[in-house]
Amino acid sequence: MAVTKYPVIWLQGAGCTGCSVSVLNAVSPRIQNLLLDELVPGHQLNLMFHATIMAGQGEPVIEVLKDTEENRKGGYILVVEGAIPTAEGGAYGSIGERAGKHLTIQQSVEDLGKNALLTIALGTCAAFGGIPAAKPNPTACKSVKAVFDEKGIETLVVNIPGCPMHPDWFVGTVSVVLFSGAEALELDELARPKLFFGQLIHENCPRRADFDKGKFAQKLGEPGCLYKVGCKGHYTYADCPVRQWNNGVSWCVKAGSPCLGCVEPDFPDGTSPMYEKITLEDMIWSQK
Amino acid sequence: MVTKIKIDPITRIEGHLAIEAVVDDGVVKEANSAGTLFRGFEIILQGRDPRDANRLTQRICGVCPTAHATASALCLDDAFGLTDKIPDNGKLIRALIFGSNFLQSHILHFYHLAALDYVDAAGAIGDVAPFVPRYEGDYRVTGEVNAELVNHYVRALDIRRKCQEMLSIFGGKMPHNVGTVPGGVTEQLTEDKITNFLWRLNEIRDFIDNMYVPDVIAVAKAYSDYFEIGKGCKRLLAYGGFDLPAGQLFKSGVVSPDLEHEAFVKENIAEDVKHSWYADSGSGKNPAQGETKPEPKKKEAYSFIKSPRYSGKVCELGPLARMVNNYVQGDETTKGLVDSVLGEFGAGVDALYSVLGRHAARALEAKLVADAMVDWLTALKPGEPTIIESQIPEQGEGTGLTEAPRGAVGHWMTVKDKKIARYQVITPTAWNASPKDDKDQPGAVEQALIGTKVKDKDNPFELVRIVRAFDPCLACSVHLLDARGSKLGVFRAV
Repeated sequence: MAVTKYPVIWLQGAGCTGCSVSVLNAVSPRIQNLLLDELVPGHQLNLMFHATIMAGQGEPVIEVLKDTEENRKGGYILVVEGAIPTAEGGAYGSIGERAGKHLTIQQSVEDLGKNALLTIALGTCAAFGGIPAAKPNPTACKSVKAVFDEKGIETLVVNIPGCPMHPDWFVGTVSVVLFSGAEALELDELARPKLFFGQLIHENCPRRADFDKGKFAQKLGEPGCLYKVGCKGHYTYADCPVRQWNNGVSWCVKAGSPCLGCVEPDFPDGTSPMYEKITLEDMIWSQK
Repeated sequence: MVTKIKIDPITRIEGHLAIEAVVDDGVVKEANSAGTLFRGFEIILQGRDPRDANRLTQRICGVCPTAHATASALCLDDAFGLTDKIPDNGKLIRALIFGSNFLQSHILHFYHLAALDYVDAAGAIGDVAPFVPRYEGDYRVTGEVNAELVNHYVRALDIRRKCQEMLSIFGGKMPHNVGTVPGGVTEQLTEDKITNFLWRLNEIRDFIDNMYVPDVIAVAKAYSDYFEIGKGCKRLLAYGGFDLPAGQLFKSGVVSPDLEHEAFVKENIAEDVKHSWYADSGSGKNPAQGETKPEPKKKEAYSFIKSPRYSGKVCELGPLARMVNNYVQGDETTKGLVDSVLGEFGAGVDALYSVLGRHAARALEAKLVADAMVDWLTALKPGEPTIIESQIPEQGEGTGLTEAPRGAVGHWMTVKDKKIARYQVITPTAWNASPKDDKDQPGAVEQALIGTKVKDKDNPFELVRIVRAFDPCLACSVHLLDARGSKLGVFRAV
């Protein structure tokens, strides 16, 4: 059977590489399957550019970007991890050097975004700005969508937030695209796949019964609902309690930590102080 | 003939790095260092709830977030007056969380970041991305040995993932664990978690003993000239790390080039900024009084990394610094491990100051940590507390010093009106990849590069092998930015 290969260009902007490391934590399929095998029968990813993983360096790998942009129009997937620093013409972050000049993160995201089949904004930084865009946003960091909108780039952006995002959310989103096409993705108003971001943490939380009974942890390390020590699960939409993390070993609330709301568009400014009880205003905001 | 070699980006490291070296008659004459991304974490932290620093600073780096979780927790413990009150369970579980991340980081570094410079992956798998394009002409491991090393590259992907899964038992999730907090850890301790952790750890120890350490030795045998390449400054600094009820696993100290040990005094750290894009008024300050005032148009600067120095001297940090520190202070376990590997090559301690010495020190350190973790697990006391309650003081100051996988890391904080007034971070990569200081002394990586013979300027294996042996972490070096001027003749790393 003929195998359709989808080139993947993975750019890292103002981020921490945590979403890449999270994808390395994928279990079924494992990262070696993602790199080398047909992810679904007849369809395979081909990771052409990833600064942490690829063997090459310097000019030859920068050529890969140009070659993909020009010769694989409409046929490749662009993954962006990290926010886009836009202050001073993008000068606060570069991907590498081309023809003796810095290739800024902003420029490369715009160039590759234009011709991509779709763009996946991976992690809260790429999806919404995240920590680099937190007050006072020293480098004018923006989300991928905001950068695209300013340049009139109409390529579909799928947001997979999380700090980091869960590897299943990335693999699952790509699976929809390979099986059924990008048009089959059901996205919410924040362009997140409903498959993973459709339910409130609080609805599925194993400590929900404690909340209903009024049994609250008064300080960290105690059993009970973590509402009074700052849990943001009351307005955070993600399937962490059901899916759990790291091969199902645990997740934040199971380990006794409040949910930090790391998938939400106003993380971290709107979700902090992280260990303070949420207010009524926060709850109302979540119902919008 | 003078030529310039520019490698931008340097890949298979954490973050954004570029190199430019001036080569005269095949030998590196000049090399400077700078980075290509600036986020401004220290600025973003100002005015926030001090406890949030413990979560936010982890996001400096997704490869070794627990290093910042640990350093910030120690910093908050100090500022909150809790340092002497952390329950033993809290100390041990913090160490188990951090230790798991050490193992994942070291295994990832050797197999997935560094090994592709030595092992012919494309030869075993085929000329497919991401294994091509690459430098060509110096892959010396062949045949069955090469095939086995490539198999171990794949196996190591599973093992490093399992390190993260083990960590999550106490840390909740990785990257960016939620367990390590001021006062201790959030997880409640039960016996089933200890057993679960132990058997995951046993599988990882088996890998370290039977694959990781032997594989480093196999690579070293094929590339033995790299015991002579990348010597560096030979002054080694460790703050000390893994704070256990019985003391620290990694001893602190400064070891001079002639192997003399002196005690580490944190007040002896100062950051120069003559060649960094910061206002000169901040030069020579201890981080407790440090400032981050960017001045990107400053003339003689070429990096947003400051130049941390110890009593004015350039130091190397990392596994090599820790293992030698432990060695010269007579730690028997460390001595046994180091001597057995040196004996294999008939080499003395001096061979450690090299590209291969750094890889060997990292592998042996993984074994040291993994074996010690069994003792930490055994010392846990289920049913006893893991945390002590903390209160944010109106005013306060804190310092958190520990050892990240890449070397010593420090956090300094000032609290005013229950908010963060100042937060300063000095990362190991800032030390190792620092630019020249106020006395024009090159940084540790720069010194390791200068004098290196480059056989093929189109495939400068020597340069990338030297840089990667330091395991640089660019995102960690929060000050760094190379935005504008890449002057020629400047080596930039971050």
